[in-house]
Amino acid sequence: MRKLASFIAGLLFGLGLLLSGMANPAKVIGFLDLAGAWDPSLVLVMAGAIGTALVPFTWARKRDRSLLDAPMQLPSKRELDGRLIGGSLLFGVGWGIAGICPGPAVAVLLSGHWQVVLFVIAMLGGMLLFSALERRRVC
Amino acid sequence: MTIDWGNFTPWTALAGGVLIGAAASLFILLNGRIAGISGLLASLLDRGAEGRGEKLIFLLGVLLAPLLWMLFGALPVMEFQSGWIGLVVAGLLVGIGTRYGSGCTSGHGVCGISRLSPRSIVATLMFMAAGFVTVFVLRHLLGG
Repeated sequence: MRKLASFIAGLLFGLGLLLSGMANPAKVIGFLDLAGAWDPSLVLVMAGAIGTALVPFTWARKRDRSLLDAPMQLPSKRELDGRLIGGSLLFGVGWGIAGICPGPAVAVLLSGHWQVVLFVIAMLGGMLLFSALERRRVC
Repeated sequence: MTIDWGNFTPWTALAGGVLIGAAASLFILLNGRIAGISGLLASLLDRGAEGRGEKLIFLLGVLLAPLLWMLFGALPVMEFQSGWIGLVVAGLLVGIGTRYGSGCTSGHGVCGISRLSPRSIVATLMFMAAGFVTVFVLRHLLGG
């Protein structure tokens, strides 16, 4: 049942990304280009998403178990550290270069554009690099 | 700043956002999980990740969404702004950055802000700011 719920949520998420226009890198860059002809569409995507999710998430925060009786896994970290800020800045630079973030990259991976495939391979490579660096830090 | 009215698509943007928010709401309320794509992708690479099956099934749903979409119409147009070097550099930065920063546009931007997490609000401001500056430098300082 939880697996079916996961699949349906994923499908809806992907359809939302496609409909929102954010699967098109040119549109994302159009939003990030404040100094040029600015396309505010992404503001409305965020407003629509947050406006819809605000009440469900507020409800979720008050619960210990999900409606399908899974443990509620909300992040517990509170501190604003260098990793959060530095990592987010690096991510933003990458996002600005290509106009692609992880969600849309997965949602259009099967659309037949080699650019997305290359981007996803490099992104997974970056994640593996992070894991390797973390392992060395711990040892 | 001038608004690009020609490319502004308020209704589909809003409707797409509502769908994204509804999907994230379903995932937290039914599965108790955050729909953050970078975190879910990281569990693809980690065989020992907790709840890996459920996470990968969510990603499979995202991956197959275009096939469902194509039953009703053509996929949206995609225009790429960078060549292969740019895509590789961008991919590496997005991969490393989202792991260090513990999230991306979906995990911090949508789920995190929806639960009013200060960390996610800061992360979202940071990656948006970095994105604005990067596009400004590439388009207006270097691109001419």
